[in-house]
Amino acid sequence: MRHFFTILSHEIRSLLFSGSTYIAAVLFLNVMAFIFAQILEDYTKTPQENPPAAIFFRLFWLPVWFMVPLLTMRSIAEERRMGTLETLLTTPASTAEIVLGKFGASYLLYVFMWGTTMGFHYLLHYYARDPRVLDPAPLIGGYSFIAVSGLLYVAVGIFASSLTRSQAVAGIFSCVLLIVLTIGPSFLSSYSVLNDESFKGVKMAVDSLLVSQHLEDFTHGVIDTRQIIFYVSGSALALIFSVLGVEAKLLQG
Amino acid sequence: MVESAEFTIEVEHLVKNYGPVAAIQDLSFSVRRGEIVGLLGPNGAGKSTTMRILTGYLPATSGAVRICGLPVASHPELTKYHVGYMPENNPLPDDLRVSEYLWFRGRLKEVPRAKLRRRIDEVLELCDLKRVRHRILGRLSKGTRQRVGIAEAILAEPAVIIMDEPTIGLDPHQILIVRDLIAGLRGRMSVIISSHILPEIEVSCDRVLIINGGRIVAQGSPAELRHEIFGQTSYRVEVSGDTAALPTLLKDIDPTLRVAALGECGPDGFCAATLTTAHQADLGERLLQFLPAQGYRIRALSHTTPSLEDVFLAATRRSWDARLPDGAKGTGDSRAPLPKF
Repeated sequence: MRHFFTILSHEIRSLLFSGSTYIAAVLFLNVMAFIFAQILEDYTKTPQENPPAAIFFRLFWLPVWFMVPLLTMRSIAEERRMGTLETLLTTPASTAEIVLGKFGASYLLYVFMWGTTMGFHYLLHYYARDPRVLDPAPLIGGYSFIAVSGLLYVAVGIFASSLTRSQAVAGIFSCVLLIVLTIGPSFLSSYSVLNDESFKGVKMAVDSLLVSQHLEDFTHGVIDTRQIIFYVSGSALALIFSVLGVEAKLLQG
Repeated sequence: MVESAEFTIEVEHLVKNYGPVAAIQDLSFSVRRGEIVGLLGPNGAGKSTTMRILTGYLPATSGAVRICGLPVASHPELTKYHVGYMPENNPLPDDLRVSEYLWFRGRLKEVPRAKLRRRIDEVLELCDLKRVRHRILGRLSKGTRQRVGIAEAILAEPAVIIMDEPTIGLDPHQILIVRDLIAGLRGRMSVIISSHILPEIEVSCDRVLIINGGRIVAQGSPAELRHEIFGQTSYRVEVSGDTAALPTLLKDIDPTLRVAALGECGPDGFCAATLTTAHQADLGERLLQFLPAQGYRIRALSHTTPSLEDVFLAATRRSWDARLPDGAKGTGDSRAPLPKF
């Protein structure tokens, strides 16, 4: 792990120098601000049961679909296309360190961007002057969910980037994978065939993958270790596949 | 560092297949500490593949490669400390400054922070990059980028430097700088360079390996190669007199001396003759004494040495001929495609 921090700081630096990071950040903040404004508008019209923070996080998948690919598509695919992956792999740094370094940088940036949305809640609190709108519990739960689920989503983006030399292919591939991950289980669980008794196990497995349920639990303060294990082990798996993806490309010739 | 090993690079029976295509077939050679070795071969001969295997970037299909006595296949993380590598076309990240790039690479190669700053100054000085140290890599000229690549390769003072076509695309002035740089490494680091520019190899390298179709077809110093491939020395002489009697007379000087080619005689009676001999010693003086004594007049005599280019062409042609069945000469194509990553 000696080289992890060297690569991490180098990657953070190059992410900060890359245009696609800023495009992702601007798009993200715009979309989130728009969503937040819509939620507030709904609140002014009709009284709501949940605090605005809980509603806000329900749409978290929307920015995930475009922001994660934009942040991660460049990482390995671009190095492969430029040929700098070859010089990187001939240094004493191992493939795992390289992949982890790139993952770490993208993940930190992802979390940082989400962190900037805390400003919305602060502004609301500042102008509304009503302690009820800034309920810290769903906020903490929501942001913890973002941090935990982000591990998996960013790792999936890195994995897509490790498979190809084209940024566009990596971006589209990770977008598709993320869509499948976030809304695939809810599609599956809606199939009535799964309600059959013989599919009980499958139904349970699919239900436990429901991202909306995870989010609901987190924002209500229910920290289920199974969910945390799902995201952490899923991200570890995606990163292992990324390492294999980088190395397998060398074998096939 | 394993300083005691005499050979820094040992390659034994190396084989590399890309699917059904054999890129390298049974390649064996070794390089001494401080030796500069040139790798020559036509496109697709397996030069870049060999270099990539030496760096530990590509795995070999079979065979053994040892860097400073350590096997690359089982200890890639250790051998990479001993290797400085500059790939073909020298890819560099476009968004870094020269000094930042060297710092990043130095840290990856685990040069201690305290030493790295001084070392970067040294290599910048050595590669004449001091003026551009704060420039962005993407905006540098090709020659400067090439020098940045060399600076990066020698940064951590590895025992082995591997450079794939370091002088490709450079102007003569920059080639001279790069050549001096490589010559400056002699005795300290083992250097393997591949190049298409044959005079370049001849000037900088102690030893030349000519590979074709994934095999070594000739190796040795340029002079040894000339002798091995051509096995003869040739002289060009402009002589006037009875040229018909020349072949028999020459036998008296040396039994193997013969007229290889005889040009048309000019109006002044002088004709150019090419003489060849398997004799090792220089026969020039004896020719100058003997021929006038026999009534010939000599206007010019020169010793013609085949260039490395001739050696290269002869050696690769010889290897094609040996590999191809009769009747199929010149049609075979064993070019192994280099993988694109």
